[in-house]
Amino acid sequence: MSDIKKFMYVNRKAPYGTIYAWESLEVVLIGAAFEQDVSVAFVDDGVYQLIKGQDTTELGIKNFSATYKALGDYDVNKLYIEKESLDARGLTLDDLMPLTYEDENDNWAEKNSIRVVSSQELAELFEHSDVLFNF
Amino acid sequence: MKFAIQVNEGPYNHEASVSALNFTKAALEAGHEIFRVFFYHDGVNNGTRFTSPPQDDINIAGSWSELADQHGIDLVICVAAAQRRGIVDEGEQERQGKDGNNIASGFRISGLGQLVEAGIQSERLIVFGD
Repeated sequence: MSDIKKFMYVNRKAPYGTIYAWESLEVVLIGAAFEQDVSVAFVDDGVYQLIKGQDTTELGIKNFSATYKALGDYDVNKLYIEKESLDARGLTLDDLMPLTYEDENDNWAEKNSIRVVSSQELAELFEHSDVLFNF
Repeated sequence: MKFAIQVNEGPYNHEASVSALNFTKAALEAGHEIFRVFFYHDGVNNGTRFTSPPQDDINIAGSWSELADQHGIDLVICVAAAQRRGIVDEGEQERQGKDGNNIASGFRISGLGQLVEAGIQSERLIVFGD
């Protein structure tokens, strides 16, 4: 498996209510071991997956939001958030967890993993992906 | 063309698994290769042999088994998703100390790496689900 493909994981659903978000994150983490070119997109209610201060105590189900913070350590550092989805929900970048990675090509400088993109830019990213997972 | 198929929904509640089944059959009939069918989320419920739908209804798990038998296609159930939902093969029965197993013939339980590998090895990955 020497070929490197562009993997795009598209998250469209809220973090709780259904299991798609959590099981999607499990694929991203496992997939990171395959040394492919990985991007993760958050659109529609999927933008809620990255919201700050998630608390599932009252729901009685597992809060997995801290796991997103580990993505940088797995070299998953291209997280694309659709601007239109944020706008439609009255959210801004300040409402999201700060997610960073250490850039090995820049003396391990800490950099932001989150990139806010327009739906047009996202469509272009999708078009240039080899493998697109929908969750 | 070499296809990988991902099935994200359980049988009956959602049309995704029947659509995946139809797509897989059509692709094989057209001479394409199915590298693997990977069952994830509630899709793992396609792989129990304990379903017994009414006679005038489609037997979805049975149809997958039949397809695997006829064409030797690789039907893989995600182990983590299966453990949450009670899909058990002999190995899992032993490991988890269960009193039986329910996996349908032609299916096997394995890790998520099989899904990622299918994405790498195939020319197209088709996802069936919501």
